[in-house]
Amino acid sequence: MSWPILSVITFLPLLGVLFILMVRGEDETALRNVRWGTFWTTLVTFLISLLIWVGFDSGATGFQFVEEHSWLGSAASYKLGVDGISMPFVILTTFLMPICILASWHVTKRVKEYMIAFLVLETLMIGVFCSLDIVLFYLFFEAGLIPMFLIIGIWGGPRRVYASFKFFLYTLLGSVLMLLAIIYMYWTSGTTDITQLLAHPGFTPEAQKWLWLAFFASFAVKMPMWPVHTWLPDAHVEAPTAGSVILAAILLKMGGYGFLRFSLPMFPDASVYFQDFVFFLSVIAIVYTSLVALMQEDMKKLIAYSSVAHMGFVTMGIFALNRQGIDGAMFQMISHGLVSGALFLCVGVVYDRMHTREIAAYGGLVNNMPLYAFTFMVFTMANVGLPGTSGFIGEFLSLMGAFKASTWVAFFATTGVILSAAYALWLYRRVVFGKLTKPALMKLPDMTPRELAMLLPLILLTIFFGAYPGPILNLFGPTVESIIKPLNEAAAAAHLLATASLQ
Amino acid sequence: MWLLQQADAVAALPEVMLAVLTLALLMLGVFRKSDPSDIVTLGALIALGIAALLVIFAPDHQALAFHGALMVDTFAKVMKVLALFGSAAALVLSVNFMKRDGSQRFEYPILILLATIGMMLMISANNLIALYMGLELQSLSLYVLAAINRDSARASEAGLKYFVLGALSSGMLLYGASLVYGFTGTTEFPGIAAYLTSNGADLGAVFGLVFVIAGLAFKISAVPFHMWTPDVYEGAPTPVTAFFAAAPKVAAMALFTRTMMVAFGAIQPAWGQIIIFLSIASMALGAFAAIGQTNIKRLLAYSSIANMGYALVGLAAGTQEGVQGVVVYMIIYMIMTIGSFACILSMRRKGYMVEEISDLAGLSRNNKGLAFVFAMLMFSMAGIPPLAGFFAKYFVFLAAVKSGLYGLAVIGVVASVVGAYYYLRIVKIMYFDEPKEAFEPMDGEVKLIAYASGAFTLLFVLPWIASPVIAVAAAAAKSFY
Repeated sequence: MSWPILSVITFLPLLGVLFILMVRGEDETALRNVRWGTFWTTLVTFLISLLIWVGFDSGATGFQFVEEHSWLGSAASYKLGVDGISMPFVILTTFLMPICILASWHVTKRVKEYMIAFLVLETLMIGVFCSLDIVLFYLFFEAGLIPMFLIIGIWGGPRRVYASFKFFLYTLLGSVLMLLAIIYMYWTSGTTDITQLLAHPGFTPEAQKWLWLAFFASFAVKMPMWPVHTWLPDAHVEAPTAGSVILAAILLKMGGYGFLRFSLPMFPDASVYFQDFVFFLSVIAIVYTSLVALMQEDMKKLIAYSSVAHMGFVTMGIFALNRQGIDGAMFQMISHGLVSGALFLCVGVVYDRMHTREIAAYGGLVNNMPLYAFTFMVFTMANVGLPGTSGFIGEFLSLMGAFKASTWVAFFATTGVILSAAYALWLYRRVVFGKLTKPALMKLPDMTPRELAMLLPLILLTIFFGAYPGPILNLFGPTVESIIKPLNEAAAAAHLLATASLQ
Repeated sequence: MWLLQQADAVAALPEVMLAVLTLALLMLGVFRKSDPSDIVTLGALIALGIAALLVIFAPDHQALAFHGALMVDTFAKVMKVLALFGSAAALVLSVNFMKRDGSQRFEYPILILLATIGMMLMISANNLIALYMGLELQSLSLYVLAAINRDSARASEAGLKYFVLGALSSGMLLYGASLVYGFTGTTEFPGIAAYLTSNGADLGAVFGLVFVIAGLAFKISAVPFHMWTPDVYEGAPTPVTAFFAAAPKVAAMALFTRTMMVAFGAIQPAWGQIIIFLSIASMALGAFAAIGQTNIKRLLAYSSIANMGYALVGLAAGTQEGVQGVVVYMIIYMIMTIGSFACILSMRRKGYMVEEISDLAGLSRNNKGLAFVFAMLMFSMAGIPPLAGFFAKYFVFLAAVKSGLYGLAVIGVVASVVGAYYYLRIVKIMYFDEPKEAFEPMDGEVKLIAYASGAFTLLFVLPWIASPVIAVAAAAAKSFY
């Protein structure tokens, strides 16, 4: 491929920003132009990004579509490229953005700034997944805080200021330590190029532990893992619908992506060393936050806690350190991107009508909103992990991986599956079933074509990948295989050391 | 030229030229019948421009002037251009402010020029006497500038406070310098360096060094010698504060760096730990004390204390990368600071300046451009990529980590998160809160400076801006090696 397709996808949304800046006036026509302009920008970005999928050689393990330019001298370069674990996230991002713009069609407050914030955010998110330079990665990773901070703070709910500050400062605190680790890696290995770092003979086991912890601080907050997850429910509840979707579907995945891209392949010894620690946190996240989710009165908060629990499956799968676990974690992340995004959209549908997220304010919606009831059911089932939906594949594989690594971890994590069924079904029952008694709900219209248009693709994909996960699993298979290899060696070395010290 | 050669002052041509022009402008101001302030201001800007050109186009090799008293190397050139630029920008910012205020005086540009000459001497100083001369020329001008608005009690108080504390610090510096001279037997930096290389860190010289550092720390307002900063920043007229926060900080940091690296380079472990302490204390106090501020100028005073702490991280490393970090940091810091003060100068309602942070409420509705620029500057000060402030911090921490100063680096980045809180608060007030009455329209030149600074901050990440800046800093850092 001769043209720099990754740069085009990454920076295309900024063209949309330019377009918005050129639109004059605040009247209805201008705003309509802004909305359509943004929508088309994101849609075209998505269509171009499909070319990566088409041109992607899923049999190869290395990076593809690589571009490189000098930037800050030796201290950082501009290098982009994708492999099996980053490519799906790029597509996921570009795929969800037009849907988010559709979901924001009725935003009336400061529309231009809103659309600009989302477009800038898209650029930064794609950049995170495409970066092949660790400083460039950090730049995109951190810069995303600015638009998200503004999205929560300007267009959020009543406690938006608190939520936006908490989101920003929590994530920043996690990330700055990673920056120091990045700098250390630069001085030790002499490069910031991720491909060279991956081929680097390795840091000493002692250094690995510190570097691993520094990266962990950042990714664990982003993920988020228990006990640093508390920013997430606040941010989710206060963010506007599209903000919640992006947060749940993409931003959280950066944590998991980071583990797979940096922690596992670059610090294999430390990853083996800290395996139990991550298992411990993951199991607590799965069980504890599921229980917390059961108690929520607010729909968005419930889904937010369920996200934390599902991310627990992801970290557990990743640190199972075997093929099934990592495959499961990857699949779970993509599936969760579709499902949790869709769930927030579903909440958005009724929130736009009723302006409350209180579960108690609803009930019996099946009577006058049958389409909505169906849609919501599909995603509830996918969230529970019902076989036939994409949620099942991810959970099953990561549990399988965990079982291979530790039976007890798998045992406790499985209780999380039961709990997730409990809170998800209970939420569904309280909102959709029952008698339609509340007068305010009587006249609610069913989903509009616009709402259907944004949810239908998600329904199809959720069921399609649930029935036929092959296309996705094949994408990252070889890459996962190449991540596993050094881990197995590290595990074997650790085992050897342990047996040697026993004798 | 012949005269300059006789006095061994060829390399000091920019300083000499600036001094001559300053005296000419002073004469013009004194003897002109009608109000001379406009023409003197214009003349001062031209003089600064000429000096900058002379610095830039001076021969490339290192040169000494006045028998080794001044050193002109790449480091000096870069910092001088920066200081001249900062002075010129501060002068431009003040024109309309002073007119509106009715406090327009032709002495004001003259004092700025005198201070700038002092700064240039500081940056080039290569012995203890030149160091002290430059420092005092700069400081005395600054004391008067702080109190230039003599009818304002607040400004007079600020000037007096600055003077008393400044005199104290000069005393300490002199005491330290005399100790150093007494024990090493020379005032020349290379001589001191040679003595310390052969004799190691002898107690008397180290004792003197501590006092010299105390005096210099006062000038860059590093904790624990920072007490004057918030009061002076708040009390002085805003354009004067803008001047204080930018160019003199650059000059003092350059002087600090040269003194440590050249004169005391041989005993780096001895001063390294003091710098580490100053740095940590400044970053931490700057971050925590700013949280409670309600006055935007006071807030920026604490912010500049914290910023000096970060710049000192680079110096603490005591390596070529460290010096490069300091230079990058000062370039970016100065442009951000000038831009921030340009934004503050636009906070005007009904003909009066307002200075409370809460006055910014809802600015994003009334003046989108200004709010955006100010927000970018604040995010940049907080060190969020991809803005310029991130790269400033990146390069100093790069140096610190290479020198193995992990503790300092960790404390530094954690303090930056605390600091992010108060920068975010300004963004929050501008973007999340309900709008108040709009500000009066911005003056053209203030707007230009604010927007240019905002554009620099935002676009620094592009290789066409970042690479040359970093290359210049690298060349400057090479001067000491």
